[in-house]
Amino acid sequence: MTLAIFTVLAVISVITALLVVFSKNPVHSVLYLIVTFFIIAAQYILLNAQFLAVVHLIVYAGAIMVLFLFVLMLLNLNQDTEPQKSSAWKLSAAVASGLLFITLIGALKGSSVAIAASPNPEVGLVKNLGNVLFNDFVVPFEIAGILFLAAMVGAVLVGKKDMAV
Amino acid sequence: MVGIIGAGSLLASFLLTVMCLNQVGASGPIQSTLYHFMSIDRLSLDFGFLVDQLSVWMMMIITGVGFLIHVYSIGYMHDDEGFYKFFAYLNLFVFSMLLLVMGDNFLMLFFGWEGVGLCSYLLIGFWYTNRDYGTAARKAFIMNRVGDLGLLLGMFFIIKTFGSLAYKDVFAQLAGADPAMVTVICLLLFVGAMGKSAQIPLYTWLPDAMAGPTPVSALIHAATMVTAGVYLVTRCNGLFSMSPDAMHVVAIVGLVTAVFTAIIGLRQNDIKKVLAYSTVSQLGLMFLSLGMGAYVSAMFHVTTHAFFKALLFLSAGSVIHGMGGEQDIRNMGGLRKYMPVTFWVFLIGTFAISGFPLLSGFFSKDEIFANTYAHGGAIWWAMASVSAVLTAVYMCRLLYVTFFGEFRGTEEQRHHIHESPSVMTIPLMVLAVLSVVGGLLNTPHFMHLPGSQWMAHWLAGNGVNGTPIVPMAEVHLSASTEWSLMSFTTALALLVIVALYFVYGKVANLPVSDQKQTGFTKVVANKFYVDELYNSLFVKPTEALSKFLYQYADIQGVDGVVNGVGTGVSKLGAIFRRLQNGNIEYYLIGMVVGAALLFLTIFI
Amino acid sequence: MLEIIKTVPIEYYLLYSTVLFCIGVFGVLTRRNAIIVLMCVELMLNAVNLLLAAFSTYLGDAQGQIMVFFIMVVAAAEAAVGLGILVMIYRNTKSTDISLLDRLRN
Repeated sequence: MTLAIFTVLAVISVITALLVVFSKNPVHSVLYLIVTFFIIAAQYILLNAQFLAVVHLIVYAGAIMVLFLFVLMLLNLNQDTEPQKSSAWKLSAAVASGLLFITLIGALKGSSVAIAASPNPEVGLVKNLGNVLFNDFVVPFEIAGILFLAAMVGAVLVGKKDMAV
Repeated sequence: MVGIIGAGSLLASFLLTVMCLNQVGASGPIQSTLYHFMSIDRLSLDFGFLVDQLSVWMMMIITGVGFLIHVYSIGYMHDDEGFYKFFAYLNLFVFSMLLLVMGDNFLMLFFGWEGVGLCSYLLIGFWYTNRDYGTAARKAFIMNRVGDLGLLLGMFFIIKTFGSLAYKDVFAQLAGADPAMVTVICLLLFVGAMGKSAQIPLYTWLPDAMAGPTPVSALIHAATMVTAGVYLVTRCNGLFSMSPDAMHVVAIVGLVTAVFTAIIGLRQNDIKKVLAYSTVSQLGLMFLSLGMGAYVSAMFHVTTHAFFKALLFLSAGSVIHGMGGEQDIRNMGGLRKYMPVTFWVFLIGTFAISGFPLLSGFFSKDEIFANTYAHGGAIWWAMASVSAVLTAVYMCRLLYVTFFGEFRGTEEQRHHIHESPSVMTIPLMVLAVLSVVGGLLNTPHFMHLPGSQWMAHWLAGNGVNGTPIVPMAEVHLSASTEWSLMSFTTALALLVIVALYFVYGKVANLPVSDQKQTGFTKVVANKFYVDELYNSLFVKPTEALSKFLYQYADIQGVDGVVNGVGTGVSKLGAIFRRLQNGNIEYYLIGMVVGAALLFLTIFI
Repeated sequence: MLEIIKTVPIEYYLLYSTVLFCIGVFGVLTRRNAIIVLMCVELMLNAVNLLLAAFSTYLGDAQGQIMVFFIMVVAAAEAAVGLGILVMIYRNTKSTDISLLDRLRN
C-alpha cells in the first residue's frame, strides 16, 4: 500500500517537474512547480517528517512560489514574450544533463547504503526536532537569522527605485 | 578629547601598576599564562606574563613617565594635524614596551622589542612629508634590525641550549650549562641590546632619531625604549654572570660609548642633538655598570636617567615650542627672562645629570663609579670620570648658551617667544621634583641614611625560581674610599659648572659655525665622520651590489623569464578567450558537464 | 518501525531524487527566462532536501532534517535576493532573458 502511494506520488511529481521545464507559459510553470512541491510535502508526511512537511508548505508553496508568481505578474510575462532557445542548444543541454543523470545513477548504484536496524520513528516530530535544533544547532540557527536579515536588507536595497546601474 | 583618552589610559595603567607594585611587594611575583602560543617539537611557547620586582619597576617608569609625557604632548602637539595619529602611535608604543617588560619568556620580550622598534620607526618618521625625517626613520629601523638579528640568534641558541624560552626554565638550568655556549648567547643578546640601546657601533641612529617630535624623543629615545637593552641584560644577569668574557665586552663597549659620544656632544649646536648624544653617553655608563656586575646600579641609573633626561628633552621641547621650531642654540640665548619655568626645570635637569650633590644623578652615577672602581680598578674609574666631566661640560654649555646672555634670534622670533602653557609646564615641574628626589630611592649604604639601598633590596627579592632576581653587587671598599671617590667626582662636576659659566654664561662666547672649525674640533663637530664611514663601508657597497644585481640578475635574468612566461600566457589566453564569451549559459553547461565528469572519475 | 521503511527501499528515494535533480539541471540549461531558471534551482534544492529527509528517517537521525531546515532558509533568502535582482534587471533591460546578460564579457 505504502509502496503504491509512494510510486504514484513520485510519478506525478516527476511529470509535473517535467511540465515545469517544458511548458511555454511561465505562469503554468509556476503552477506546476507548486504541485510538485505539494507532492514533495506529501512525501515528507510519508517519511513521518511532519514538521518538515508543514514548514515546506509554508515556506515554498506559501512564500517562495507566491513571490515568483507575484514577480511574474508584476513583470507581465506570458507565452508571447517567452524567449526560446534553439533546438541545437536544447539538444546539447539534454546531452549534458543526461550525462549527469547517468553518471549519478552509476555512482549511486555501486554504493551500499546502511540503514539502522530499528530507527526511532519519532525523529521528524516537532518535539524531537525542536530539541535538536535548540540544543545542538543554536548557533547555526542564530546565524541563519542573521542571514535572513542580510538577505532582507539586500533585497530591499536592490529593489529600490532610484538605484543607478 | 583624544589627548584625554590617550593620557587617561596611561594614568589608568599607572594606577594599575601601583596596585601591582603593592601586590608584588606583599606576596612576590605574579605569573599568569594567558594561553598556549604554539608548540614545535619539544619546544612549547606560552603567551604569559610575569610581573616581578624588576618588571614592575620598569612598568612604574614606563607608565609614570609615559603619563607625564602624554599630558605634555597634549600641549605640544595640539596644533599638529597628525594629533590623533600621534596619540595612537604613542599608546601603541607604551603597549609594546609594557609587553616587553611584562613577558615571562624571551618570545614575549621579542614581540615587545619589535613593537617598540616599529613605533620608534613610525614616530621618528612622524612628519613623513620631510624626506630627511623619513630617511632618519629608516636608518633607525635598519640599524635596529641588525641588533634584532643578534637577539633572535641569541634566542635560537637559548632554545638549543636550554630547550625553552621561558625565563624560569632558562634560569633554572644555568648551573649545568656549557660556559662557551653561555658566552655566545650573552654576546648575541648583547648585540640586540647594542642595537636597541644605541651602543657603539650601532649608535648613529639615535641622534638622527631626533627628527621625531620632542615628546617622542623624551619617551622613546631617552626614558624607555633605549633602556630596553639594559633591561634585557639585567633580566639575564644570571647568564651574564656566568660569562666573564661577555661581561668584559659589555663593560668595554659601554665605556667607549660613554666617552666617545660625550666628546661628540661637546660640539653639537642642535639642542636635541646634544641631548641625544648625552643619552647615548649615559646609556654607555649603564652598560659599563652592567659589565661591572652592578646590575642594580644600572637599573638605578635607568630610573634617574628616565626622570632627568625626560625632563631635559621636554624642556628642550618647551624651548623649541616657544621659539616656533628653532633648534639651533646659536640662535637662542637669554631665554631665562622669557621662559622662567622652563629655565628653572632645565637648570635642575642639567644639574641632576651633571652630578650636583644630592640630586638624583649624583647618587646613581656615584654608585656606578664606586662599582667601577671596585671591580675594574683605577683606570676604568678614571675613564668613567672623564665621561662624567664631559657630560657636565656639554650640558652646562647647552644651559648657558641657551638661557643666558643676550637673545640672538630674529626680531620675529623675539616676538613669538612665550612660556609654554601649563599643560606642558606642570609635567615638567613634576619631573623636576622627581629629578631632585629620585636619588633617594637607592642611597649608598655608607651614608647611613634611612632606607639606604632600598631599591637594591627591592630588586634582590625572590623571583619565580625562588632566587634573587637581581643579586646585590658586593662592593668591598672602605667607607673612606667611597667618600673620597664621591667627593672627587662631585668637586669636578661643581668646578665644571662654575667654570663653564664664565666661558659661556657670562660672556657671549658663541660656538662658531661648522665650516669655520679646524683641526680636532672640526672632526668632533662632524661626529668623527662615523656616519660617512658607515656610508662608505656598508651602504655604498650594498648599493653597488644591488645595482649590479638589478642590472644583470633582475632585468636580464628574472625579468626575461617572467616576461617570457607572461607573453606565453597572454598568447595562450588569446586562444582560450573565445570560450569566455560572457554568456552564463555556456558557463552553466560547462559546469554541468564538468560535474558529471568529476563524478565519473571519482565514483566509477 | 515505520511502514515506509519496510516497504520502500532507500534506493527508490535515491533514484527519485536524482531524477528530480536532473530535471532541474535540464531546466536550468534549456530555459532562457531567468525566473524559470531560478525555479529550476529551487527544484534542484528540493530534490536534495527530499533525499536528506529520507536518509534522516531511515537512519533515525534528526540532523538530516535540521539540515533540510537550513537549506530552506538559504533557499528563501536566495529567492528573495535573486528575484530582487531580477526585477532590477528587468527595469533596466526590459527583459528577463539571460542570454542577453553577457556584460561579463567586456
